[in-house]
Amino acid sequence: RTDRSDEAVQVDFARLLASVGRHKDVEAFEQLFKFYSPKVRAYMAKLARDGQAADELMQETMLAVWNKADQFDPARGNVSSWIFTIARNLRIDAFRRAKRPNFDPTDPAFVPDDVQAADVEYEQQQEAERLRRAMETLPPEQYELLKMSFYREVSHSSIAAELGLPMGTVKSRIRLAFAKLRSALEERT
Amino acid sequence: MSAMINHHVSDELLLDYAAGTLGEGWSIAVATHLALSPEGRARLALMENAGGQLLEDIDFDASAEVDQNDSWQRMKAKLSTESAQAQRISAPATRAAGSATIPEPLRSYLGGDLDQLKWRALGRGAYQIRIPTGDEESEVRLLKIPAGKPVPEHSHGGRELTVVLKGAFSDGEQVFRRGDIEEADESLTHQPIATPDEDCICLAVTDAPLKFKSFIVRLVQPALGI
Ligand SMILES: [Zn+2]
Ligand SMILES: [Zn+2]
Repeated sequence: RTDRSDEAVQVDFARLLASVGRHKDVEAFEQLFKFYSPKVRAYMAKLARDGQAADELMQETMLAVWNKADQFDPARGNVSSWIFTIARNLRIDAFRRAKRPNFDPTDPAFVPDDVQAADVEYEQQQEAERLRRAMETLPPEQYELLKMSFYREVSHSSIAAELGLPMGTVKSRIRLAFAKLRSALEERT
Repeated sequence: MSAMINHHVSDELLLDYAAGTLGEGWSIAVATHLALSPEGRARLALMENAGGQLLEDIDFDASAEVDQNDSWQRMKAKLSTESAQAQRISAPATRAAGSATIPEPLRSYLGGDLDQLKWRALGRGAYQIRIPTGDEESEVRLLKIPAGKPVPEHSHGGRELTVVLKGAFSDGEQVFRRGDIEEADESLTHQPIATPDEDCICLAVTDAPLKFKSFIVRLVQPALGI
């Protein structure tokens, strides 16, 4: 886990992505590409049969980032989590050939969020920074479990079998990890 | 509004959904619950943010065979051909007019809202609609339970997810209302009963019984390369 001034980096990435969304700014996109493409390729390589397949899925993901940049809402999440969800959905499509049912915020039956605070964009960056710090202090076995859950295409029962742990232990580690992350985010500085 | 939801999706189930490992059938139940639960969506957002952080922190070999510059040149070549097309796709999201009882994604799976459904009698006043999915591991059904009556033909060998859409059911001491989700597994013996005031309509997802046919398909799958 590298130590960088992530907050500043994230603010910049949000600005770069907004510029891609508004003006199809190729130079802004190049900076995003240089930072994210090796990471997305590594994420795809966890499941892909070879480096070329992982590379193609990376290109597909980054092309979707380019095309959908105007849908990125900095009030809803940071750039990394937004790119993660795009990569995740492409991975489901590519490796499982399955649909991923999702809710639709424009649907009349959708129950909207309570009204959000004013400076949500700034809040999101603060929250990303708090989350990053909280993740660094997770006990190693909880952090490893999150890595396995997100990087690999396996259910928790397979993870339990692989680690030789009872399912109950895996579940309680997940609960402990997120309880810790949630409480770290509730501490306002 | 969010205070109305009393029974939430568990962290482990939500994590499977956030990570992308949850099958289509189960995901319909989770996503339908989330459409009605702002609090659940906030928890999903935290998990997706954790996924984003893990993506940032992922290990990769910087000196790997891939030439970064070459990679960018190939990307850039695609952008020029894509830009024109992209402009057409991106329409601003607007709130659809009208009203609906059944939220998305479930309404599209059913092909309509409550008043457009074709129910099939299950006996003893209960009705169901089977919902086809591409997922062999689960069975997805919409159930209508008459007021005051128990959920029929009730046995499950594995996981069961139930999301209430209209009315309510009680299970032991607990009452489940619109938007609530109940997670049951084989260790839980329970007897959900519709509350006496009105019929209860809920989405029920269970482990599909292993079919001989699908077992054969699984055996030949590697050979077919699918
Ligand atoms: Zn919830
Ligand atoms: Zn049951």
